[in-house]
Amino acid sequence: MNKYVRRGLVGLFWIGVWQLLAMAVKLPLLLPGPGDTLRALFRLAGTASFWQSTGMTLARVAAGYVCAVAVGVVLAAACHRFQWLEALLSPVRTVIRATPVTSFVILVLLWIARGRVPVFISFLMVLPIVWTGVQEALRAVDRDLMEMTRAYRFTRMQRLKYLYAPSVRPGFTAACMTGLGFAWKSGIAAEVIALPALSVGGNLYNTKVYLESADLFAWTLTVILLSMALEAALKAAMRGRREKP
Amino acid sequence: MIRLDRVAFRYPEKQVFSGLTLELPGRGAAALMAPSGYGKTTLLRLLAGLLQPDGGAIRGMEGRKCAFLFQEDRLLPWLTAEENVSLVSNAEAARHWLAQMEIPDGKAYPREMSGGMQRRAALARAMAFGGEVLLLDEPFKGLDEALRSRVARRIRGVFPLTVLAIHDPEEAALLDAQIIHLDAQ
Repeated sequence: MNKYVRRGLVGLFWIGVWQLLAMAVKLPLLLPGPGDTLRALFRLAGTASFWQSTGMTLARVAAGYVCAVAVGVVLAAACHRFQWLEALLSPVRTVIRATPVTSFVILVLLWIARGRVPVFISFLMVLPIVWTGVQEALRAVDRDLMEMTRAYRFTRMQRLKYLYAPSVRPGFTAACMTGLGFAWKSGIAAEVIALPALSVGGNLYNTKVYLESADLFAWTLTVILLSMALEAALKAAMRGRREKP
Repeated sequence: MIRLDRVAFRYPEKQVFSGLTLELPGRGAAALMAPSGYGKTTLLRLLAGLLQPDGGAIRGMEGRKCAFLFQEDRLLPWLTAEENVSLVSNAEAARHWLAQMEIPDGKAYPREMSGGMQRRAALARAMAFGGEVLLLDEPFKGLDEALRSRVARRIRGVFPLTVLAIHDPEEAALLDAQIIHLDAQ
């Protein structure tokens, strides 16, 4: 069976389960069905604020994510090169990993404008993932190949291009893929608390206040679909850059 | 003449040399022979300057460019044979030496090549790199007898000095190499 057909059938099965549950509960306020959710989604999609909120959230999360990837790679390379820096910064990484997102959001709200909180939180959540992933990949670079590049007098640029970049690429790709999900989820969680103007998180919060369960499901569905689209786009971009092993 | 004077070297877990004194010819070919684990590979790496002795001195290698065929092929797996070789030389030299090593498809990646072909691609890289000293660590590993002779004929005399680490004295004969028994030093 074609994998797309199989995936479609699996999707239909779970939508069916959802519909049956909604019919059993009989209270759309508690559990809106797929039909209620789609109707709410189409209604929301017809408004300008839906697209503005989605666009702004996307921009905030993307900004935090891109910064985290860039800073994570630099920190990984620096910590790999200088052991004292690794000793100095590893507690910071541990603290970032162990601290709940909500603690950071509330703390950061005191320091910066609410519109920037989701950017910072996405950045903070993705940073240790990329930093660790790339640093571990750097540690795993084949020592024999490193010695070979010394014997054959590779320049720094040649080492970077032909040894380090291809060696680190699988770890970097995995970290980027994992980080994307974290950026998205933590960014929206930060929006729910910080409530910046025009945000998916702010709209999610409003659905709770006004008990609009169908809208809550519609916004959640939007988040899921966007997350899947972003992941697919990132996968395609990474695949395009990958050279034949 | 290359002279090793009371050379000492140890890895963290093992002392390899403690006062090795040895002379190698300045030109021609020398084959280092010793039982496994005696330090032939370490000696080649010391000659190449990839390792520094803990004590003693190596004279006669200063400023000499070495091409090193490692015991493992150490080809970059994400590059084709031709890319691996031209990375240390140029496209023309790469094609020449791959042809000399009887590798018909320079566009093949290492994983698409047999063990013997990978060995010859690594040898092609060393030859294309050029220099004054060719260091070969078990150069004929994985090659059949006929191929060994053909390959040896093509690399013999190309470098002013060839130093090889081998187990089989017949391999020294292929390169007209003077045999030096390390365990007798």
